[in-house]
Amino acid sequence: MLDDFLLRALLGGLGVALVAGPFGSFVVWRRLAYFGDTLAHSALLGIALGFLLHLNLTLGIIVVCQLLAILLFFGQRQRQLASDTLLGIFSHGALSLGLVALAFMEHIRVDLTAYLFGDILSIGLADLGWIFGGGGLALAGLLWLWKPLLAITIHEDLARVDGVPVDRINWAFLGLIALTVAVMMKVVGLLLVTSLLIIPAATARRFAGNPEVMALLASLIGCFAVAVGLYGSFTWDTPAGPSIVVAACGLFLLSLLLPKRLIPGSF
Amino acid sequence: MNEPCALLELCDINLVRGGRHLLQQVDLKLGRGEILTVIGPNGAGKTTLLRVGLGLLPPTSGRVYRHPGVTIGYMPQRLHIDPTFPLTVKRFLAMADVKRSGKVLPMLEEVGAAHVLQSPLFSISGGELQRVLLARALMREPDLLVLDEPVQGVDVHGQLDLYKLITRIRNERGCAVLMVSHDLHLVMAATDRVLCLNRHICCSGTPEIVTNHPAYLELFGPLAVQHLAVYSHNVNHRHDTHSDRSGGADVG
Repeated sequence: MLDDFLLRALLGGLGVALVAGPFGSFVVWRRLAYFGDTLAHSALLGIALGFLLHLNLTLGIIVVCQLLAILLFFGQRQRQLASDTLLGIFSHGALSLGLVALAFMEHIRVDLTAYLFGDILSIGLADLGWIFGGGGLALAGLLWLWKPLLAITIHEDLARVDGVPVDRINWAFLGLIALTVAVMMKVVGLLLVTSLLIIPAATARRFAGNPEVMALLASLIGCFAVAVGLYGSFTWDTPAGPSIVVAACGLFLLSLLLPKRLIPGSF
Repeated sequence: MNEPCALLELCDINLVRGGRHLLQQVDLKLGRGEILTVIGPNGAGKTTLLRVGLGLLPPTSGRVYRHPGVTIGYMPQRLHIDPTFPLTVKRFLAMADVKRSGKVLPMLEEVGAAHVLQSPLFSISGGELQRVLLARALMREPDLLVLDEPVQGVDVHGQLDLYKLITRIRNERGCAVLMVSHDLHLVMAATDRVLCLNRHICCSGTPEIVTNHPAYLELFGPLAVQHLAVYSHNVNHRHDTHSDRSGGADVG
């Protein structure tokens, strides 16, 4: 029978997968995978901040992710360092700083594994609120920005000449993606967030003839991976977050086996 | 071509980046229906000048004037579409102007690329992409076309076709064209005025004036001499096109 905690886990996982689909598509199109990793790695710092200021931990993560997104936005405007070098510095710097900061808080014992790989089975009602509230907000924002974001993804200068406020849209997008990453933390953990963004999107690519279909399919494939992963985790007593990612990888491999000519309307 | 009011005017533009003068005291004026081509060696600041004119790059000093309400169709030098981005040519063009999405096919026909309508944007050839980008620039019915190396990556025969197409578009639509080229040979027959740039303006004027100008000959050396032969050869062969063009210019 479905237990309550399992139902909450399923709901939380589905919510996260729904949001991850469209955002993951943009991460793939704009080659932001490493960027997503960097945001996710800063989450430990957010947890430390949450403990320090007695904030809700998810709120702490959101705050730190937003701050890092702002830093990265300015960082990428300089031309001294290549952007992957810069992201590497921020990514591992933030992760290590988070670990060190937590170690300094002697009265706090944290289950590091839960933060690194997710703790979907312990999702409470408040967590569901964050996932559906925060995730819904991020998704609504993305829909609002959809057209100009597509234009920017194609060519920034072309969009600028056409009158798209490129800088403002990019700002807003970074804010939304930081929110998404923060909300996804609970389900797959900071090391696996990017995988749930990019693997369903990459799987959806083969079946999509336009950006909207790809985003929608990515959501559905993510939901399926969550369901399969949770089922596997429950059946074989494996860690839930990694099981979901394994399921997503399995779906990706399966999709490669399908000959292209059998897929109508795709290219 | 005595247009009193310029569509685009750049006055005394200077651009300094990292202590290097990329543009020095550049003036440029473009009237309605006029074709102006910027030529110059690599690193001469041609694309930079276009970007300043488009308002994408603020100059260190100088004044950029775009006629109020002018619609610009821009064709960038490159377009890199990630293969993971599922976008057909049709959708790409329709996105340029949703209100005119019914014009996608006629526009592609006009540039001679109707056959790629349903193709994925990342899979078409360089020459086809140039034509699609040109169609994209035309989608908004621009008063001013800004083309950054419109024939790049196209074979010589295709280059000639594209230049003829650009001239025809100007004649039929009366839009002004500002383009960048590092080709010296074919472009001369397709332009009203030439601006020879090497961070500063070396010389400018009609193709006849520029190609005989000492600064031009000095800048391009043997290439320029070789060009003279090709150019006169072109004029002989393109006589029909040429008279056609002057007829259209009178109307526009």
